Amino acid sequence: MRLIIFLTTLLSVPAFSFQQSGLDPSEILKPLSEQWPTYSGDYTGKRHSTLKQINQSTVKNLSLAWVTRFTTACGPTGTGSGAGGDMGGFGGFGRGAVAPAPIIAGGFGKGDLNSCGGARLGGGILMVDGIIYMSSPDNAWAVDARDGTVLWHYYWKTRGGTHTGNRGMGMWHNNLYLEVHDDWLICLDAKTGKEKWKKEISSFDQQYFSSVAPIVVGDHVLAGTGNDMDAPGFLQSFDPETGERQWIFYTVPMTAEDPAVKTWASLDAARHGGGQPWIPGAYDPETHLYMFGTGNPTPAYTTGRGEGDNLYTCSLVAVNVDTGKMAWYYQTSPHDTHDWDSTQTPVIADMPFNGRTRKIVMTAERNGYFFVLDRVSGEHLVTGKFGLYNNWAMGLDEKGRPKRNPGKDATIPGSLVNGDVTNYPPPSFSPATGLFYVPENNSLRITYLIDPDPRGSMGLGGTMGGGGLSYGSYIDAIDYRTGEVVWRHETSGSAGILTTDGGLLFSGDGQNLVAYAAPDGKPLWHARIGASGNAPETFVLDSKQYVLATGGDQLYAFVLNE
Amino acid sequence: MNKLAIQTIACVIAAAASLAWAQPPDGYPPAAAGGRGGGRGGRRGPNFPQQTRPLASAEVIARGKAVYGVNCSACHGADLRGGDQGGPSLLRSLAALSDQHGEVISPIVHGSRQDKGMPGFNLTDDDTTAVAEYIHSVLAKVGTQARPPGMVDPSSLNVLVGNAAEGESYFKAKCANCHSPGGDLKGIASKFEDPRTLQNTWVSGGGGGGRGGRGGGGGENMKPSTVTVTLANGQKVEGVLVRKDDFDVTLTLADGTRRTIARNGDKPQVEVHDPYQAHKKLVPLLTDKDMHDVTAYLATIK
Repeated sequence: MRLIIFLTTLLSVPAFSFQQSGLDPSEILKPLSEQWPTYSGDYTGKRHSTLKQINQSTVKNLSLAWVTRFTTACGPTGTGSGAGGDMGGFGGFGRGAVAPAPIIAGGFGKGDLNSCGGARLGGGILMVDGIIYMSSPDNAWAVDARDGTVLWHYYWKTRGGTHTGNRGMGMWHNNLYLEVHDDWLICLDAKTGKEKWKKEISSFDQQYFSSVAPIVVGDHVLAGTGNDMDAPGFLQSFDPETGERQWIFYTVPMTAEDPAVKTWASLDAARHGGGQPWIPGAYDPETHLYMFGTGNPTPAYTTGRGEGDNLYTCSLVAVNVDTGKMAWYYQTSPHDTHDWDSTQTPVIADMPFNGRTRKIVMTAERNGYFFVLDRVSGEHLVTGKFGLYNNWAMGLDEKGRPKRNPGKDATIPGSLVNGDVTNYPPPSFSPATGLFYVPENNSLRITYLIDPDPRGSMGLGGTMGGGGLSYGSYIDAIDYRTGEVVWRHETSGSAGILTTDGGLLFSGDGQNLVAYAAPDGKPLWHARIGASGNAPETFVLDSKQYVLATGGDQLYAFVLNE
Repeated sequence: MNKLAIQTIACVIAAAASLAWAQPPDGYPPAAAGGRGGGRGGRRGPNFPQQTRPLASAEVIARGKAVYGVNCSACHGADLRGGDQGGPSLLRSLAALSDQHGEVISPIVHGSRQDKGMPGFNLTDDDTTAVAEYIHSVLAKVGTQARPPGMVDPSSLNVLVGNAAEGESYFKAKCANCHSPGGDLKGIASKFEDPRTLQNTWVSGGGGGGRGGRGGGGGENMKPSTVTVTLANGQKVEGVLVRKDDFDVTLTLADGTRRTIARNGDKPQVEVHDPYQAHKKLVPLLTDKDMHDVTAYLATIK
């Protein structure tokens, strides 16, 4: 055993070759190990690390290395009325109190819509060259990964907008990319936190709000946005050095020539059809395809968009990153009426399937169904149902898509229907176990139609809910070959998931960070750090494997106690 | 032991909260200190430009409304949501949203989109600007996640469509073991006059009467689960369940004190009693018709 650990340690020596130039984009192509250079760790979306210093035998010695609380900025300069501000991390080499990190303020608001307080740490966290880069709405930080000290704090004075969680940042050499909710893409100098450039990527007047973690692929910065106001969704690609737009891909038909128009009541309905891509996708370097999910059609719950499928909403879409052209799509909720955004992180892998290795992409959707496709062609391979109480659909159609039961749409006297089965907290796939892990939540509720206007409602309007009953949360392990749930482990809350070659699965149960045995879900270790935001992450520094997780407004780093 | 029995109230509330968002906000920042708010509706309401920038004078808006009524409402609807003659909704028009004070809208009214079917109108610039300002005054009323203004009053929609006699039959077959119209349900229709609240309440077993977002459910009426923990020495500890996970079970004892007991697999034995267990078993089998029938029946128990 000691020998194995020793060898593992030797193999885990950090690479310094790119230290001078920050993050070379080719680094992201490597399997997830020492660093965490992009939203999902690597392009595959597996959130499966090859690290195994922390494993089923050693995890019992996992101990706190440091913890840092993050406070958002407010007011004209970020310090609000003078109170608050960052206090850096604990344990700064015995120097006593650490001076607050500098706050670098940007943005076009006055700071009066920002509030000082505990940060919402719900996005992906980067770790490159010993520095952690983390964001919350209107705020970004660089943190020393060895001791948790805040190095700089970028603060954006917002003009408003729907402040969903910020999903994280992207990195290219020494540039960081951050979206803010009033629709700017900001390029920050990773060393200083100062703005290099910024670009308005969607219209704040048209009520877009931007929160996605930009994904860097070669010389492309891929940035989606969001909107609830019946506006078209789109993904854009920007030049990482200049911010010039390279292409824009609309997720709904914008011209009468688009064959998908016939899946809408009219071109006008299509152009107001939504399909916002607000969660990052996965990238396949062999085909140059970026695969990502699209959100709900609008109006979300009511009539007003015809009886067709409403393409390309609630779909997994593959776009060539060089051209911005769609290669294929697969709709996971045709003619959605339940707000089943397909904005979950897709996962790509090369795995045995029916006697040969196939290049697959997998996704477990908010509607409670799990899908496996051929990622080159988009061919459907498997559909499985993982929501225990799903009642919104009646079986599958010939393409393996769930057939919506129109009787379960919102009605005036009330329709009893299941709630969201999963959401943006990312899943994980372990090639070692062949299992796809996803948080499952079960509930039933009554949805009432309160806007029966035959023209349709707008946005997410038109319904009211009540009578909800919860049927519990689980971590599901799904066999990708069949779509069957192999096991369910009941939890008292859920978060995103990380798996490792140490045979471990890390996730949150609402209050604890938990290490489970990946093959069977047996809990092996836990720490009560509070509710986790996105998903735990892992990296190596100084030959030590770290596990990183957020608990409330604090970031915790764990290492093995020696 | 039925796995469904060991759910906590927190899960219900958490699940309900997560249902209401296309893109879950995972919690808003803490409320602003007094006086720093700015913008109508406070921080929690929508604060896009349409809701935060100053409106034109009441006089200009009134003029715009009158001009709109005469020239625009036939096609775009009196409520701006689109009209009988095919004009698109202006509530979600990207041109209307982008317009500040008529600079985008006025040329369109004057005929710049005739090739797309929008006729030109011979109106003065003052009047087209007034129309634009009127449109902005309506857009300012768009709600969270673009809920449109001018919706019908939900209480005017008839929720009581069920057959009360069939509801009574269902009640006798499925509910009468625990409930009776002359006992615990006496006067229930008077207690919950809103039929949606009545239905939410009986379906969820009393916990789902709360109003609010699409998720609904939860709320202050929820009855907590209770729990019995049998320690290794045979002692039974009973109380209200606070939380149960793989590692601990926490309960509030009868004297109000809190106690957390470590768990190790199946030891000690933990038995959770969920007051909603019967409803949780019934509801997945409940058809919408049965639900509406029972609600119609309960609505007769004044």
